[in-house]
Amino acid sequence: MRTVRLIARRLAAAVPTVLLVVLGTWILLEAAPGDAADAYLAQAGGGDAAFVADLRARFGLDLSGPDRFAIFALRLAAGDLGTSVVFSRPVAAVIAERIPITLALMVAAVTFAAVLGTLGGLLAGARPGSLGDRLLSTAALALLAIPSFWLGLLLIRWFAVQLGWLPVGGIRTIGGAGGVLDTARHLILPTLALGTGYVALYLRTLRAGMVDAWRADHVRAARARGLSERAVVWGAVARPAFLPVVVLLGQQAGTLFGGSVVVETVFAVPGMGRLAYEAVAGRDLALLIGVVLAGTVVVIAANLLVDLVMVRLDPRIGAGDA
Amino acid sequence: MRDVLAVLRTPEGAIGSGVLILMVAAALLAPVLAPGDPLAIVGRPLRLPLADPRFPLGTDRLGRDVLTGLLHGARSTLGTGAAVMAAALLLGGAVGTIAGYLGGAADEVLMRIADAVQTVPGFVLALAIVSVAGPTQPAILLALTAGAWTGPARVVRAEVMALRSRPFVDASRLLGRHPLAIAFGGVLPNALGPLLALAPIVVAGAMLSEAALTFLGLGDPNVATWGAMIAEGRAVLRTAPHVIVAPGLAVAVAVLAVSLLGEGMQRAAARRT
Repeated sequence: MRTVRLIARRLAAAVPTVLLVVLGTWILLEAAPGDAADAYLAQAGGGDAAFVADLRARFGLDLSGPDRFAIFALRLAAGDLGTSVVFSRPVAAVIAERIPITLALMVAAVTFAAVLGTLGGLLAGARPGSLGDRLLSTAALALLAIPSFWLGLLLIRWFAVQLGWLPVGGIRTIGGAGGVLDTARHLILPTLALGTGYVALYLRTLRAGMVDAWRADHVRAARARGLSERAVVWGAVARPAFLPVVVLLGQQAGTLFGGSVVVETVFAVPGMGRLAYEAVAGRDLALLIGVVLAGTVVVIAANLLVDLVMVRLDPRIGAGDA
Repeated sequence: MRDVLAVLRTPEGAIGSGVLILMVAAALLAPVLAPGDPLAIVGRPLRLPLADPRFPLGTDRLGRDVLTGLLHGARSTLGTGAAVMAAALLLGGAVGTIAGYLGGAADEVLMRIADAVQTVPGFVLALAIVSVAGPTQPAILLALTAGAWTGPARVVRAEVMALRSRPFVDASRLLGRHPLAIAFGGVLPNALGPLLALAPIVVAGAMLSEAALTFLGLGDPNVATWGAMIAEGRAVLRTAPHVIVAPGLAVAVAVLAVSLLGEGMQRAAARRT
């Protein structure tokens, strides 16, 4: 019951957000030089003034601003994202094709970052201020400073070009049998490039939570009960410190999506990120707006997922309010 | 002044600000240290570092000096970081103060806008804005600020809401001062500490995004940038990796220096309380 209420409340809260994002993308479309009639004329090779006026009327470009926005919003609500100039296909179809690859890359990067970041965070947070902690914390700060696209190029240089262990880019071997394993092999380097910064972020967040937990009364109580040091670290210090890490997973969904734009470009991974780049390169605004909206939906969904996990982890959430 | 000294006394603050001062000096002195157009072809292409005393870091695929590009590129990345910081803190501070002090409908509207901005992936938003506004430095500044003001706005709003019920605010209100004058003149100055604590995070994010945007070719083509240098070096990744190593390291060192300075600020603040 608590879960259902929470989902309902979150979805209701997402409505104004989505409306504002749609309004924002529309303003962006309006601000772009040229309109749909110009784009049509450029393809058709021109036309006289009467033809242009007729075209504008047919596209609804002679309507008032609010009317144009209403048409735009209603079309979106019907699932019509327009037609991509670059691909000459409906934007929605192109996005549906690309989004699984980006989601796979995002999940792989988060899993990699969560596992390694948790290990490092536990090591650092078990004894705050120790030499090991200072080394790990500083190393994490350095990892956070590395641009993911540059790390990607270095990884390509070492592991793909020099050592030849892994493919340079793409998601399947050309002329090969393909399959899940082949794609997974292609995604190893992109995952490392995208996930390394998050290893550092999770490490630092978990460590910060543990530093706070060490000062809490329940840790002193656990010590007083004569629990072993290991039991104190695991049970009393690390457990509450995981909550901010889970929250961070949701907060970073947007950054992760944005990061995959650059990483996918470096590794020629045909996902949403590369799609965004292709849209920019081809001046395909309908496609770009489709990517912005899809990214927004991914972020909202990721946050909902995190909320559901939090409800399981922390019984206080969603219990009190209606 | 005492606060600055306290930050410099932490090891992180000392190292971070030292490196940052050096980099800012290099950026400001770039036209003196490496005069002329940084995008001009000055020698044979793909010279290795140290091979020719005229090009200590070698040359790129077209024969442009890597060190010159590095010095001039610092102007773009560090300048963008500083400008986005100023713009995001000003805009975020103003929005947060108005939302937190006035409350009610103004607060509701401004915070829903902040929610919406935070839901759109920031880099994709920047990409969309730059591709509409054109690849110029003001467009990059606008695009990065558009995504960076929400954090400062939320922090200031929370501070202002906590300060709003203090006696000094009631006193100013009884004196008949305008609500906005009280909000910006009386309340906001007391919320500046937490706002400034966000500055390093904003700068680091802006510098990484600037590098990524220019790497993707969305920077001004007539300006030397570290991102564009890395993009240029990508074509010769196999044969001449030195071309991408220098600008990539420059981005990482600049961002790390800013983060260290932020660590120092945090540590100094924790020590004071």
